[in-house]
Amino acid sequence: MMSRFNKPHNGLLSPLILQGITAGWPICLGYIPTGLALGLLSQKAGLTPTEIGLMSLFVFAGSSQFIAVSMISSGAAPLAIIVTTFIINSRHLLMSSSLSVFFRNSGKAVLSLFAYGITDESFAVNHSRFNEGNWGISQALTVNHVSNLVWILSTIAGSYGGQFVPAHAFGIDFALPAMFICLLIFQIKGFAYMVTACIAGIAAVIFSLFISGSSYVMTASILAAAIGAWFHHRSKQ
Amino acid sequence: MTSGNFILVVLGMGAVTYICRWLPLIFFSRHSLPEWFTHWLDMIPAAILGALLLPELVMTGHPRHIELLRPESVAAIPTFIVAILTRSLGWTVIAGMVFYGILQYWFL
Repeated sequence: MMSRFNKPHNGLLSPLILQGITAGWPICLGYIPTGLALGLLSQKAGLTPTEIGLMSLFVFAGSSQFIAVSMISSGAAPLAIIVTTFIINSRHLLMSSSLSVFFRNSGKAVLSLFAYGITDESFAVNHSRFNEGNWGISQALTVNHVSNLVWILSTIAGSYGGQFVPAHAFGIDFALPAMFICLLIFQIKGFAYMVTACIAGIAAVIFSLFISGSSYVMTASILAAAIGAWFHHRSKQ
Repeated sequence: MTSGNFILVVLGMGAVTYICRWLPLIFFSRHSLPEWFTHWLDMIPAAILGALLLPELVMTGHPRHIELLRPESVAAIPTFIVAILTRSLGWTVIAGMVFYGILQYWFL
């Protein structure tokens, strides 16, 4: 029996890490323009590269960082920023819940490390891979931390020289939406899932017109998943 | 904002964000969940992706409003087709970027 120490390596990186990078590179691609933009915005708001780097390191949540930077710019109070951040990022409660089923055998330390890197994008990729099977904590952590590194570096780079980067090149603004499209297709495992996604999308659009901020994502998701689950299991009652 | 306040903000933001990510993971991986809850959780990824995606495609601006014909929404159609046919994340992302890049100029 080959122990893991005898397994041949492709050079420096373990196969598990390579798998993580293979799965996660579209996230990295999408994070670069967003990170650069945030960095640039933060520089205009008077933040130093270190400061935005620290925020990216501690928070690792793009949408809330954008809003925080603009709130800092307009002189908002620290507490207001923190509360707003909580509301924006509360949707990660759903994502974490959804991922928890794959971590029944993991220790607290590993869970705590993995939790740090749960973002919309890493959630979508990791959930998809775990579902397919053949995915483990090492690959999942790689996805989280490689994209995390790219995010932090992009925001710092943007703070230094975002104005020199041509915006919107190569259709890169569509990298994340395209990724979400593909991951959504992976999730359509049956009619009920398609119904769920459609209801969620429509509800999100409608709610976003009436609710300011981004709580519409969570509200629409909770509602659509409930309807979808009822629809999927109604015949089994 | 003073740098003291800034550190406070960053730590506060980090704490609330991390809690949202950590609590369910720790709690739900340890406790058995009622069946209705796991059924509901099963639909969550499709729901979240739908809720994230559609507004991204058909909404814009301040104040937010619906705009059905945008490079994003039009580019999404062939991108969906590529996703269905290739079932490959890489190809879909590249194709999407190409479609969107072309349409950006079209809509200009």
